[in-house]
Amino acid sequence: MENNEWVYTEKLKEHFMHPQNVLSDEDKTVYDGKGIVGNLKCGDQMLMVIRVDKEKGTILECKWKTYGCASAIASTSVLSQMVKGMKLEDAYKLSPKDVTAKLGGLPEHKIHCSVLGDKALRAAINDYYEKNGMKEKIVVEEAKIICQCMNVTDHEIEHAVLEGARTYYELQEHTKLGTVCGQCRETAEKLLQEYIAKHFK
Amino acid sequence: MGKTIYLDNNATTPLHPEVKKTLIEAMDVFGNPSSMHSFGRIARKKVEYVRETVAKFIGAVSEEIIFVGSGSEANNTVLSLFSCCSAKCGHPIKCTTQIITTSIEHPCILEASKCVADRGVDIKYLKVDKYGKVDVDELTGYLKAGGVGLVSIMYANNEIATIQDIKRLAALAHEYGALFHTDAVQAVGKIPIDVRDLDVDFLTISAHKIYGPKGIGALYVKKGVPFCSFIRGGHQEKGRRAGTENTMGIIGFGKAVEMRAAEMKGEHERFMAFKARLKEGIEKNIPDIRFNGHPTDALASTLNVSFAGAEGEAILLYLDLEGIAVSTGSACASGSLDPSHVILATGVDVEYAHGSIRFSMGRDTTKEDIDYLLSKLPGIIQKIRGMSTAYIGGRHGK
Repeated sequence: MENNEWVYTEKLKEHFMHPQNVLSDEDKTVYDGKGIVGNLKCGDQMLMVIRVDKEKGTILECKWKTYGCASAIASTSVLSQMVKGMKLEDAYKLSPKDVTAKLGGLPEHKIHCSVLGDKALRAAINDYYEKNGMKEKIVVEEAKIICQCMNVTDHEIEHAVLEGARTYYELQEHTKLGTVCGQCRETAEKLLQEYIAKHFK
Repeated sequence: MGKTIYLDNNATTPLHPEVKKTLIEAMDVFGNPSSMHSFGRIARKKVEYVRETVAKFIGAVSEEIIFVGSGSEANNTVLSLFSCCSAKCGHPIKCTTQIITTSIEHPCILEASKCVADRGVDIKYLKVDKYGKVDVDELTGYLKAGGVGLVSIMYANNEIATIQDIKRLAALAHEYGALFHTDAVQAVGKIPIDVRDLDVDFLTISAHKIYGPKGIGALYVKKGVPFCSFIRGGHQEKGRRAGTENTMGIIGFGKAVEMRAAEMKGEHERFMAFKARLKEGIEKNIPDIRFNGHPTDALASTLNVSFAGAEGEAILLYLDLEGIAVSTGSACASGSLDPSHVILATGVDVEYAHGSIRFSMGRDTTKEDIDYLLSKLPGIIQKIRGMSTAYIGGRHGK
């Protein structure tokens, strides 16, 4: 069996085999910010902690733990390296795409495994802002209801896209959106295209 | 990569060396079995010889064996029989009002069931207990209510290896006038099967699970049971499955069955010893685990284990990096969010379900393979748990 025939990229394999910046159970460091996202029921969860250079407003250290698959482990490992020395504002803007690009790409059906890292990072930065009197810097990611009948939000539409929905019909299969009055169709289709572009184009 | 160990025999098996030899020879048998000339006659003779071999292996007679392209095709064929609602069709099997199957079937049964349901047939999925055994009382209830045309229950489960009491379940179905099908893809060649003793009406077999080639299987249809072909347009298989016979596949299938008949004896004890060794090694060296499936009514060659706080795909891939091939019921490996429907049906917590691994041994498996696996597995689980949010300081679920 050839090593280069592995299921994911060499870069991903490297980080999977040797994950960087894993938060150890014995670690007694007091971190400046902590974020936990995802849940075990969905099969993935991410914990991220950061230490901040308060004068420069940069990340000194980023450590993590995850209950997740190879793609989740490797993408978080890469992310934790990327943000070292980065300004909080810049780290805040990182997207899953930036992470997967560093990994040399991920198969489409694994993209959803890489989206928790940047979310956990933002949660950790928010936590730091909150503890240090910078609440005004927190960007609230509020979900907006798109389908009133079935109570489906834009976040759920984004999630469905990450899960593989590409057409309006598939979106309905995932979320039940637009199955009652159907008035949200136009808005939903627009969002669908936006999220496909955001994550896959 | 150095050492490689294959412990995914329930997914597929390597060709038996004898089957490989037979297949190479079979490459010269190119005649169409339907042709009257010598080339055709040679092919026909070989195909019919295999039909008899397969029939004998399960206690049937030749005319009860239909060659098909896969186990999935056999299963789809059976379900489609009961969903033809055409008033013009004079066939004795008419649109059935109800089909009973289980919540732990192979996806080909579950997906075909959904399609059949769309055509108006009421499908009921039997629940299973924590070991994966079907609920007999529930089945009896449905049968008593009437209108059941078919009961389809898999013999041995591909993921958790639980074996159902097919003889009893078939008798129950017959008592209420329903026909009985069993998907025996994982059972045939692993445990002795006699269709007369079981008294089933349909039984599915696949060659590639018993060291034969892929793309060939068989459907046993009991003599006298109404049948209607799924693939049309030819007189092959007595008009029951159109399409020129996969002669090479059939010949390989025959050899695989012959080798099973010769080698099955004694294998059970060997697998039982390996499984006990593997179980003991895991229990001793890895905390917070659970074994899935029935403790005794299960395939000897399969062990399914859930590891709390460790995600299945990560376990699979770390083992792969050590040259060990296994499979997982984890959602992440399949790209969906839901873990194995089989493991969930047995009532296992989701966090355990996401961390389930199936080890399925085969005729090549050795004690050394089990020991090699045991030398790598605890370290891998420890490594994953060390970076898991679900397993902090030895306590999971936090």
